[in-house]
Amino acid sequence: MSYKYIPHTQSDIDEMLKAIGATTVDDLYSDIPENMLFKGDYNLPESMSETEVRHFIGNLSHRNQVCSIFAGAGAYNHYAPSVVGHIIERSEFLTAYTPYQPEISQGTLQYIFEFQSMMSELTGMQCCNASMYDGPTAAAETMMMCVTASKKRNKVLVSATMPAHVLRVMRTYAHFHGIDLQEVAAVEGVSDLDAIKVAAAAGDVAGVIVAQPNRYGIVEDYTGLADALHSNKTLLGMYADPSALAVLKSPAEWGADIACGDGQTLGMPLSCGGPYVGYMATTKDLVRKMPGRIVGATHDVNGRRAFVLTLQAREQHIRREKANSNICSNQSLMALYATVYLSLMGRDGMKEVNASSYANAHYLHDELCKSSHFKPAFDKPFLKEFVLSTDLDIEKLQKHLLANGIFGAVKVAEGQVSFCATENNTKEEIEHLLNVIKSI
Amino acid sequence: MKQYDKLIFELSKSGRRGYSLPQSSHTEYSLEELPSFARRSEEPLLPEVSEFDVVRHFTNLSNKNFGLDTGFYPLGSCTMKYNPKINEDMSNLEGFTAIHPLQPAESMQGALELYYNLQRSLAELTGLSEFTLNPFAGAHGELTGLMVMRQYHAKRGDTRRTRVIVPDSAHGTNPASAAVCGLEIVEVKSTARGTIDVDDLKPLLDDTIAGIMMTNPNTLGIFESEIPEIARLVHEAGGLLYYDGANLNPMLGKCRPGDMGFDIMHINLHKTFSTPHGGGGPGSGPVGVRAGLEAYLPNPHVSKLADGSYTIDEGTDSLGSISGFIGNFGVMVKAYTYILSLGKENVKNVGPMASLNANYIKEQLKDCYELPISGVCKHEFVFDGLKDKSTGVTTLDVAKRLLDYGYHAPTIYFPLLFHQAIMIEPTETESKETLDEFIEVMRKVAKEATEDPDTVKTAPHTTLVGRLDETTAARKPILNYRDLIAQ
Amino acid sequence: MSKVIEGLYYSESHEFVRIEGEYAYVGITDYAQHQLGNVVYVDMPDVDDEVAQGEEFGAVESVKAASDLISPVTGTVVEVNEELADNPQLINEDAFSNWIIKVKVDDTEELKNLLDAKGYEAICE
Repeated sequence: MSYKYIPHTQSDIDEMLKAIGATTVDDLYSDIPENMLFKGDYNLPESMSETEVRHFIGNLSHRNQVCSIFAGAGAYNHYAPSVVGHIIERSEFLTAYTPYQPEISQGTLQYIFEFQSMMSELTGMQCCNASMYDGPTAAAETMMMCVTASKKRNKVLVSATMPAHVLRVMRTYAHFHGIDLQEVAAVEGVSDLDAIKVAAAAGDVAGVIVAQPNRYGIVEDYTGLADALHSNKTLLGMYADPSALAVLKSPAEWGADIACGDGQTLGMPLSCGGPYVGYMATTKDLVRKMPGRIVGATHDVNGRRAFVLTLQAREQHIRREKANSNICSNQSLMALYATVYLSLMGRDGMKEVNASSYANAHYLHDELCKSSHFKPAFDKPFLKEFVLSTDLDIEKLQKHLLANGIFGAVKVAEGQVSFCATENNTKEEIEHLLNVIKSI
Repeated sequence: MKQYDKLIFELSKSGRRGYSLPQSSHTEYSLEELPSFARRSEEPLLPEVSEFDVVRHFTNLSNKNFGLDTGFYPLGSCTMKYNPKINEDMSNLEGFTAIHPLQPAESMQGALELYYNLQRSLAELTGLSEFTLNPFAGAHGELTGLMVMRQYHAKRGDTRRTRVIVPDSAHGTNPASAAVCGLEIVEVKSTARGTIDVDDLKPLLDDTIAGIMMTNPNTLGIFESEIPEIARLVHEAGGLLYYDGANLNPMLGKCRPGDMGFDIMHINLHKTFSTPHGGGGPGSGPVGVRAGLEAYLPNPHVSKLADGSYTIDEGTDSLGSISGFIGNFGVMVKAYTYILSLGKENVKNVGPMASLNANYIKEQLKDCYELPISGVCKHEFVFDGLKDKSTGVTTLDVAKRLLDYGYHAPTIYFPLLFHQAIMIEPTETESKETLDEFIEVMRKVAKEATEDPDTVKTAPHTTLVGRLDETTAARKPILNYRDLIAQ
Repeated sequence: MSKVIEGLYYSESHEFVRIEGEYAYVGITDYAQHQLGNVVYVDMPDVDDEVAQGEEFGAVESVKAASDLISPVTGTVVEVNEELADNPQLINEDAFSNWIIKVKVDDTEELKNLLDAKGYEAICE
């Protein structure tokens, strides 16, 4: 019966049973009603050796097509330096539990502090948490936080320019949590700020949540929005791409009270959708209303600087049903990923990532628009992702691209597709895409 | 070893760089073209360090951490079992990591097949009909499962069921998830043995009850033997039974939640199915349902078509989406690798050996630690502090003293039923020798508590840092580098 | 031994009330601060908020616990103790002089539902 993950020999089992005062291992299950015990044979494969597993899973991986990526829509193809993968695979990080014992978890606690610091820098916000599951759930938590912070209001507005996958999750949380979430229709690809301000003037709106860049890749102009909302005691939440924030006006500069988003853009592998990392940041005034773990600096009995989980009285293990959220974990290892990535890139590297993405995307945009099949859907500034109107059958277009090793042209609406280019798309890849499109 | 205590920001030197990026060939386009409203005016303060600085910094940080590969984690309710290395290799395959989540199904058949197969394997192991793998963590799974519960009642047109029963011994996430899901919590009391008090439960069951959340074995490691009666009562009252899978490990190979009468459950892949905790995540919290509830599971949904191919679709009765895409796929690869490695034969030993290990420790320590509930336990058990409490040594002190001996502390002060709770879960992957050494150390600490209490009360003594000032940290929070240098 | 002061009203959830004219000063008792340990944060309502006897109006947090504040009186909050925002430890130093909210009381009749010093001492034993 010996197996590599279960170290018990027959003599171990015999000795242990004797020490317990039991005769068989089944005695340990004698309190379970007989008819509930599973006595059959699982309909599962037999144990595979490591070679067989490698073969089996390897074959599955080969049945996925590794493409040149010219799509965004919530998952972006940025370069991941080799260092990052090596660091996050270190078992002292990988196999550690949540840092509830700070004396032996300073490694985890310190990188979370560094993560919070870097995210605070990018967002401009005073306080960031230790991370959330992903961007969409962080946006849903932002919506709930607006309601909690306002105490008496239950209405939240979201601009329809919020990325679609985020909006879907917000709707689900709003429905079950009992929040009146109202979507404010977009005008020519951007938020209808006038409509938002009019709605907020009614005085019953807890918060307004907008995106930057938005679902079409457009960089929106939110001038005056925060002031208008604050005069009605309405909070402003901003869903922002942290990579782009190295060059774009930060949520704090826009006057946001809460920033949230997805850290996948910080060089994380696409990985069929996860793991990524959500983030949330806010002001000092609101920090105790923010969900999620938070690490703070302090000192030990000998005066040595150290880090510890703090403001825990907001959390589920203490407040139970009165907690700010049910979130119990963070995406710690992916927060480490982001921290190592940002350490390597630094301010200048992040600028270069954006500058190259901008240049590649704009070149691609202009070249595609030279084709009779595409024209710009909106005349608005963008960074790395853009939407084009097309007369082509979108499904056929995608298949044609795939047949040539490219994933792009994500359907945004009838007759509209989005493309994305980053620093990670080579000149050859871009020319290949253009040639494939020309061949249609 | 040198004591390392720098922050990455403190290594920064203007002009250093740790990256090399390709330059775009299209330099005719410049960021400067963005309108001025779009551009930030204040530069972010990020470190400027070399690549080697980064490698050495984070390697030094890792040395300040205790991981499962470092030593034994007797952490109750956390199932800290060995994380096989092959799992990591498989999830890092380029054929998985380079795939965009929105790629058409035909270009990601391998990934969808893996998702589907894992979903089927979990259904088989738990006796349920179908799983979604979209939830990101256990608490996220709980929330999703409760949404399924509410969706089931809503689709039947029964809108009165807005309350959920939660035992007083439950994990803190249970009531918190219920609250996020818009449900009101009704607490049911425990008996002296820590199990649900059926007499207390009966009068709570009316037509406003959506269901009950339970974990079985419960947080004391005791199997709820009254489960057939509880299931009958709840079902007769029109409610559903939710199974918190945090304690699934001892059941693996012996007893399936579906066969106990549960309707909905979540599984923590990072507990029962060996995926690493990563210092707090990423986890994965698949949610399973019995036949008849499948349509309510979240979107997107992975299906197998008649021709044997796989597709991603959306159901109209679904509760909606709870994740951006299809969940933490990388974690799923690890869990599936683990199931294939174990195979149908070895999976049967997981639960029994986990229970054997827990009972073994319990029986060898019950003369020096207070065992409030005697008898057979499953994967974990709870002591109510030291037997000899005369010197004032608390559970916290014992936990901190264990750090000195190279162990992670057990879970402490949970469940809330006992004031000095010490909750121990060894898992099946620890050997008898490891347990014997741990038992010896626990006995030694108990002896120290009587003979030299001050040493225990001021522990730890050998760790890189001593006990921390958590009060100041919470009163005057310093949450980032800018706050720290402003001090 | 925790301090109990004569002449104040007390609730079973460990709040005290000091009446001055039509105003009530509400805080937590010395016994409550002992039970809680080092107070790190006081979550207070806003001025002009309505509070009701028996209903929650905020919370007091320590490092590893939080305790809801239950209003012993009904009325309108006219002042909150701003000093506690930066110095929550004042509650540990002297719970009775560091009230949390000042309430304009609607109906002093409901003070009858509260305990006197003797009655409160009895439940703290």
